[in-house]
This record gives sequence, structure tokens and C-alpha cells, in this order.
Amino acid sequence: MTDTPFGSEDKVGTQPIKGRSLWSDAWHRLLKNKAAVTAMIILGIIAILCVFGPMLTPHSIDAINWAAISQPPTLENFYIFGTDGNGRDLLTRVLMGGRVSLMIGIIATLVSLIIGVTYGAVAGFFGGRIDTLMMRFVDILYSLPFMFFVILLIVVFGRNFILIFVAVGAVEWLDMARIVRGQTLSVRRREFIEAAQASGVSNFNIIRRHVIPNTLGPVIVYMTLTVPKVILLESFLSFLGLGIQEPMTSWGVLIKEGADNMESAPWMLIFPGIFLAATLYCLNFIGDGLRDALDPKDR
Amino acid sequence: MLSYVVRRLLVAIPTLFIIITIAFFMMRVAPGGPFDGERALPPAVEANIAARYNLDRPLIVQYGLYLGNVLRGDFGPSLRARDFTVTELIAQGFPVSLQLGGIALLLAAVVGMTLGATAALKQNSAYDYGVMATAMSGIAIPNFVMAPLLTLVFGIYLSWLPVGGWRGVDSMILPIIALALPQVAYVARLTRGSMIETLRANFIRTARAKGLPEHVTIVRHALKGGLLPVVSYLGPAAAGLITGSVVIEQIFGIPGIGRYFVQGALNRDYPLVMATVIFYGALIIILNLVVDVLYGLLDPKVRYQ
Repeated sequence: MTDTPFGSEDKVGTQPIKGRSLWSDAWHRLLKNKAAVTAMIILGIIAILCVFGPMLTPHSIDAINWAAISQPPTLENFYIFGTDGNGRDLLTRVLMGGRVSLMIGIIATLVSLIIGVTYGAVAGFFGGRIDTLMMRFVDILYSLPFMFFVILLIVVFGRNFILIFVAVGAVEWLDMARIVRGQTLSVRRREFIEAAQASGVSNFNIIRRHVIPNTLGPVIVYMTLTVPKVILLESFLSFLGLGIQEPMTSWGVLIKEGADNMESAPWMLIFPGIFLAATLYCLNFIGDGLRDALDPKDR
Repeated sequence: MLSYVVRRLLVAIPTLFIIITIAFFMMRVAPGGPFDGERALPPAVEANIAARYNLDRPLIVQYGLYLGNVLRGDFGPSLRARDFTVTELIAQGFPVSLQLGGIALLLAAVVGMTLGATAALKQNSAYDYGVMATAMSGIAIPNFVMAPLLTLVFGIYLSWLPVGGWRGVDSMILPIIALALPQVAYVARLTRGSMIETLRANFIRTARAKGLPEHVTIVRHALKGGLLPVVSYLGPAAAGLITGSVVIEQIFGIPGIGRYFVQGALNRDYPLVMATVIFYGALIIILNLVVDVLYGLLDPKVRYQ
């Protein structure tokens, strides 16, 4: 990340000028964006709550309390989010569901990142017929109704935690590949690539050391926008009953349970709904903020 | 123009072919056959069933037979709804889904464009911020949260509208709103962005400089340029509506294709699921083609070789 092609001219002068890197510039611009900073703080709080909260609540995720079935939110027994139709503490379940949803969001995004960046960089770097062929393949995949294939996949192979990661990650890599390819095309003709080739660096190392680091900006922006898409996709599947299975839970599952019981127990819909919407809100704002900070066109 | 349409069609056919192929082979590698019951059947009965559905032929022959049947519009019998063929089920559900999706798309386009364009005209006003904040909520609150919430408020607490079914206009209001809302939000954001860009363009300054009344400038010049990029979004919007309709039909108990799809998926009704995937795939491809052609007709800058 530190060896960006910019800023090297700064060292020509006699006095050492402390150059500001592209990244610290972007970081300062991001911090000036109030909406993005607020979103980061709220998202941080949600993440910390989901990771550590379930250890601190007095109830476990599957502890059934027959004395408190469909209990509205109350301070008694620390049921501050109420309980569900089986007398299980909703606070613990929402936080545990958050763990699952956030984890799927991050892991599936990483899967799409690895596939997309590698594919896009290879296509863009080699260019010519390989590029045409690889991108035509992406175009064809693009026009497939992927959501339905994911459902088909789940129907055929049964509901499986890892399958959901893979399926969702495999859907989302297409955009990433296109973005990275575009970036790679513009980097490929630059002098430092030529220099690396002249000094005998292998293609693999050029892609790894010189091409990919220079595509990072848009990739980070896009990654931030992929996480909410993935969380939404997982919730969508879970809502339809095709995602996470009991006793595990996710926000989609909880919202489904809440929607089924909303007449008698509206809190079961409202709390997971708020957590999901707040997370999606924050991630979208952070993504927008990052785009403004990293996109030189808007300066 | 015509050659462009033909070329796009030539790309669409292999894509559809790929969809059918993936769907077919995915079903065939599924563990367990569709007729595995709790009770073991006598071998003779099993052989008979296999022969009836061509399951005893080589895989490649089965694939060829399926492909031929699909081309004739025959997706075979539904495994769960024994009395119906899959084609019949889809033919039953499609008018309902089309109504739901069509009205939602119209609503998304009209309301979204109006909100976006008016927000752009009053850029950075309280109205603008209000519209954009609402749009952000429309994007952040998924429709499977919005739909139950709307039902809870308008259906249960206020008892203004029915909570489900598909009979009469009042039962259509909530599902259509819930389905259209995210797309309204996307269209509004897009329209605002492109309108702001257009309003800064030179030809708008010229129009104002030669003394055209402001409303003529906006209606005749700015709207034309500003709404164009939005037209190209209508393809993805339609795809989003199709996906959304699956969950909306489920929530409101609407007898459309989406509901059959989910039930088929939950019951492992392979022919039904496969047919729906193929149907949706074809629909999305056709819609994208229509939107692209429409865009070409509207935008003089686009030239097709």
C-alpha cells in the first residue's frame, strides 16, 4: 500500500518534504464526512455488541423459560427486548443473529473479493483474446438470474452453512472482477510495470506486487457496498426458510419469526428489523463516504 | 438498429441455453431421487416409474428430451401438485405476478422520477434532504421488513387495508407499495444525480440565456437529458422487482409465480423450481433487451453498429 506511484517526485527537492500519501489524504477526507463517521461509530457499537453481548446477557440463546413466553420488553429478568414464542430471550437471539449475519457478510465478501480481484487482474493484465474471453464469460453469468440459482443450489444440496457462504460469495464476485479489470487496464501501461518486466519479475509477482495494490481504492469502496448486499441476500434466504437453521439464528430468521407473530408480539419483528436496517444504513453511508474520499473525480 | 436487436437476441439464446443446462444438471446431481418415499417400492414399480419419466435412459438422452420439451413449453408434471403440469401452474400464477410487478414498476418509475427531479430542482433545500433521507431508508430497510411493518400498521392497528390475498383493489395497495419502495428509492437517487448534472450543462445555460421561461427550460430541455440514464436502470429495476416479488407474494399470500417457486423450493418439487428459474431467466433477458432497445431509440448519442 505504501509504494503507490505517486509522491515519489517529492524527494527531488533539497529539503525533505513530508509527502502526504494518497491514503492519508483519503482518510482525512473521510473523517470530515459527518454521516460516514457517525455510521462507523454506530456500526462499531453494533459489531461490539454482537461479538461480546451474548457472553454478558444472563440468558443463553436457546434457554427456554416457560414462565415468560412472549413476554413484552421488561426490565424484570433483564428481558429488555422481550422473549419469543418459546420463552427465549430476544436480546441474546438478536445479538447472536447479528454475529451470524455480520460473519456471513464479511466472509462472503472476502470470498467474492479473492475470486473477483484475481479474475479481474488476470483478465486486465493479459488483455487481448484472454481478456475478451474471460469478460464475455462474466457478461453471460451477469445476465443469469443468480438469486434463483442460489435457491436452486440450496434446494438441491440442502441447507448448509458453508454452502451459503460460497453461493453468496460466488454471486457477488462479478462486479468486483469488472472493476478490477478496468483498473488493471489503466495501470498495465504505466512505466513501473514496464520497469518490473524489464528487470525480469514474473507475471505472477507483477500482478501481486504492482497491479493489485494499485486497484485497492475502488475495491475497498466496492467491498463496503458488497457487505450490506450480502447481509441482505442472506436475510432474504433465511426469511424464505432457505437459510440458517435452528438452533442457529440470523437477523433474517428472526425477522421471519417476528413477521409470523407480529400481531401478538410486535417486538419480535421490530428489534431484529431495527438492527438489520441500522447495519445496512451504516454500511451504505460508509460506502458512500469512502467513495467520496477515494474518488479523485469529485475533488 | 435491427442488426443490433438481432445480435442481442443471438446472445440471449445461448444465455437461456446455459440457464436450462445448469438447471437440468444441478437437479440430476441432487442426492436422492424425486420418487424416494419412506417405503421401499417393489423393483418392478420403481422400474415402471423410471420408464414413465425416462429416468432409465442415459443422462444425455434425458437432457435432450428435456430440452425438446422446454422448447415446446412443456415443463412436465409437478411432483407435489399431482393434478397440474408445471406449465399450468405458471400460466395460472403469471397474470397475478405480472399485475403486481407491472404496477410496482410503473409506480417506481413515475414516483421515483418525480421525487428525484423535484429534489434536484431544489438542490440542498430541506425538501431535497428529506427526499434523499427517505430514499436512503427505502434502500436500507429491506422489503421483507417493510412489508410486515406496513401490514402491522395499516392492516392490523388501523384496519384500513386487508393484510393478504389478491382480491380487489384495496388488497393490492400494501403489496405493491412494499414491493415498489426500494425501487422508488433507487430511481429517485439516480434521477436526482443525473438531473443535477444536466442542469449544469451548457445547453441549459443557453436556454436560460435566450430568455426561455424556466418551466419550458426544465420540461423541454432538462427533463429530456436528465431522465435518460434512468431509463437504462429500468432493466435492473425489473429484475429487482421480480426477485422482490418472491418474498412479497409469500408474505401477503398472493397466488403468483413467486409463491409457487418458494413452495416448490421448500418441497423439493424439482420440475417446478427448474421451470420457474428458466421462466424468470427468460423474462429478465427479454426485459433487459426491451430496455436497451428503448434506450437506443430515445438517446440520439447511442449508435449501434
